[in-house]
Amino acid sequence: MEFNVDVAVIGGGPAGLAAAISARENGAEKVLIIERDKKLGGILQQCIHNGFGLHYFGQELTGPEYASRFINQLSDKGVDVLLDTMVLSVNNEHVVGAVSAEHGLVNINAKSVVLAMGCRERTRGALNIAGSRPAGVYTAGCAQRLVNMEGYMPGSRVVILGSGDIGLIMARRMTWEGAKVEMVCELMPYSSGLNRNIVQCLEDNDIPLYFNTTVVKIHGKERVEGVTVASVDENRRPIKETERFVPCDTLLLSVGLIPENELTSAAGVTMDRVTSGAVVDNFRQTDVPGIFACGNVLHVHDLVDNVSEEAILAGKSAAEYALGKIENSDTVYNTIPGANVRYIVPQRIHPAEDGKMALYFRVGNAIKPAALSVMCSGEKIASRRKMVMTPGEMEKIEIDCAKIKGDITLIVEEVK
Amino acid sequence: MYDVAIIGAGVVGCAVARQLSRYDLKIALMDAAHDVAMGASRANSAIVHAGYDCKPGTLMAKMNVRGNELYTKWCDELDVPLKRCGSLVLAFSDEEVEELKKLYDFGIKNGVPGMAIIDREEILKREPAVNPEVVAALWAETAGITCPYELTIACSENARANGVQIILDFKVNAIEKDDHFTVKSEDGRNVETKYIINAAGLYSDDIAKMVGDDSFDVTPRQGEYMLLDKAAGAIVSTVIFQTPTKMGKGILVSPTVDGNIFAGPTARDTSDKTDTSTTPEGIAQLNALSRKSVPELQLGKVITSFTGIRATPSTGDFIIGVSKADDHFINCAGICSPGLTSAPAIAEYVDEILRGLGVELNERYEYIANRSHIKRFVNMTEDEKKAAIENNPLYGRVICRCETITEAEIVEAIRRGANTLDGVKRRCRAGMGRCQGGFCAPRVMEILSRETGTPMEELTKFGGKSKLLTGRIKEGC
Repeated sequence: MEFNVDVAVIGGGPAGLAAAISARENGAEKVLIIERDKKLGGILQQCIHNGFGLHYFGQELTGPEYASRFINQLSDKGVDVLLDTMVLSVNNEHVVGAVSAEHGLVNINAKSVVLAMGCRERTRGALNIAGSRPAGVYTAGCAQRLVNMEGYMPGSRVVILGSGDIGLIMARRMTWEGAKVEMVCELMPYSSGLNRNIVQCLEDNDIPLYFNTTVVKIHGKERVEGVTVASVDENRRPIKETERFVPCDTLLLSVGLIPENELTSAAGVTMDRVTSGAVVDNFRQTDVPGIFACGNVLHVHDLVDNVSEEAILAGKSAAEYALGKIENSDTVYNTIPGANVRYIVPQRIHPAEDGKMALYFRVGNAIKPAALSVMCSGEKIASRRKMVMTPGEMEKIEIDCAKIKGDITLIVEEVK
Repeated sequence: MYDVAIIGAGVVGCAVARQLSRYDLKIALMDAAHDVAMGASRANSAIVHAGYDCKPGTLMAKMNVRGNELYTKWCDELDVPLKRCGSLVLAFSDEEVEELKKLYDFGIKNGVPGMAIIDREEILKREPAVNPEVVAALWAETAGITCPYELTIACSENARANGVQIILDFKVNAIEKDDHFTVKSEDGRNVETKYIINAAGLYSDDIAKMVGDDSFDVTPRQGEYMLLDKAAGAIVSTVIFQTPTKMGKGILVSPTVDGNIFAGPTARDTSDKTDTSTTPEGIAQLNALSRKSVPELQLGKVITSFTGIRATPSTGDFIIGVSKADDHFINCAGICSPGLTSAPAIAEYVDEILRGLGVELNERYEYIANRSHIKRFVNMTEDEKKAAIENNPLYGRVICRCETITEAEIVEAIRRGANTLDGVKRRCRAGMGRCQGGFCAPRVMEILSRETGTPMEELTKFGGKSKLLTGRIKEGC
């Protein structure tokens, strides 16, 4: 089956939904979302807790509620959707190859493409945790799907490794469903999750959180019977003398998310080694013209509100590209992560005469209190102070486009 | 009453079953585990060895070289992947070069074709990623790679198609003998048979002792492995060994037939035949030693690590033959490396032994030599894909996104006997990729439940007590 569209959006999660709506609002006639699941909304559908939308809607919504705000607009806006359809390839001529049980092989010829495939969870294998290989080791997101979508408990006595948001949310969820969560272990001296989740999910449920602690061994031949946990030294190496056995039947892992960029790489897009996402410019365009990226496939976000914001920009840009309206000046400057800055999105910027441009970034370690400076050609063009900046929270700074005359460097320093 | 009962459904047991299934015999293939290929056959180096490292004159040498020869035919008939990519044994010092020469001589004596000792320049020309400190290497062109559990599963499927009865979850705890054997299981089942083939791997010494044969022992030797993401790239295209030590063939770095890169094994003797855990020390050793061969190996791209246990024989050689304790009991024991390579040859050898014992081996007219793998969507051409989906729309629904495995393949794996998550994984690769089942496990479980009629709460990872779920969530009041 063949489709000809202006904008093809790969992925119907929060990023794809917002990008598609934005593309329609900005003049693209035919916009098509291709979603592998049987319904839209992506991971939001299994996030039945609230806390979504505080920034974007000024309201506290659950994941499915947040998703439905966008899904409900689709038919009004005239966005087309292919469900239960897996994209297998994207090329630099904007041909998207997909497959579904209903339509068989599908070819979509698009004028521009928005990549919005989201991310996946790091696994036990990627961490190389020693020990046996029994049932009962799950990523937190997988457990969340089992509990919230399928209605099954993956375990009854749980240790959680990693204090990422999904891990914290699942600590509470499992507790509410009657499981005993023994502890959350965090390798780092700080949590990568939101502070409000530490309070609401752990403290309110008396679940201990141990920093500088990791799981060094999994026990149990058939089902998990326990884990050995240990404190780590300043080089994050486990300290033998601190090892102790914790009985449990389940180990949940919330140890990081990895953007799912296999399609992106195969399309020839240049990747950023730090974000594991594409290198993009201020339009969220990759270095393959007409291919845009947004949401967790570009870099992992903490708040879906930021995903929507980024996707609206990417959708608008994709529509403009499809209509031949995007103005790509030949001049491109780089955004350079300076002291204490891990990465910046976008990585490249096209100068503009007026307006503001937002840079999103993360620091490499906790800075308290933090002073942020944006330097351009030896001049400080923007600055800001904050009580604390942590790697767990994405930061944003706006700069006046008129002030950008060359490569810009972001620096975060501790205020002495 | 069976004519032959094979105890152990690893690669050796399954290969023997397949070999004997061509004859007019009533055969049982038994295993203590819930599936075939649950011991050493699911976790080993997956190498089809050339045969230069076995001491000349041993059964190992003979089986290895013959096994290697038979692989092409077996893999062809059974639709199992085989790549004759060749192997290199690296030497980093003059001392190790001497070892290479010894291996070369062994190879010549064992009848290994296509060997050569090549110099540094030639090695780096063929494998630019190899450590440039290498001095020389032994090249063997007949070495290759395969997929050990796939070969085992293929043999079992082919054997079953030819009438072999497969009996699982049958943990033998006694063997009685009057005019025939009665093999008894822990849970009270009996299998009566005229002949027994002991292919019980790590437990083959225990099984032999049940008929009074205590002529050998089997020691478990652990080997840890790690598997890298396909995205780590094909950094090597041949099997890269290091010069062997007395503990084994050393750490190898090798491509897999599925396009990953693979490193291992370590070697550690243990007393626990069931301990397949990995260790921090083992992982550290793997990291260091694999980088000695291939310095640029992207160890950050590991997607899983696992431990296999070799059955190391106390005699120093394979123990294949009629037991001194009972002339109707045939041992295929102590099959450590190169056991995978040797399996087809061992099967052929057991055939000869039975013939020698006067067992009537009449070829069955209906014997089917071929078995085909589940049709893989990802390997099909565009036209094949279209036709497959038209014929079965489930070929259009991708369940495992990392490996592009469709629902049709999962359903077929279940129809062929998989009833656990790992069983599905080993038959069609769903869950073998970089997310390690994070996304597809709940969906595969749903399909398993639907196709087998097993409630979700009863599903297991690999049988026994390996239950995946502990119950339902609290229901509304």
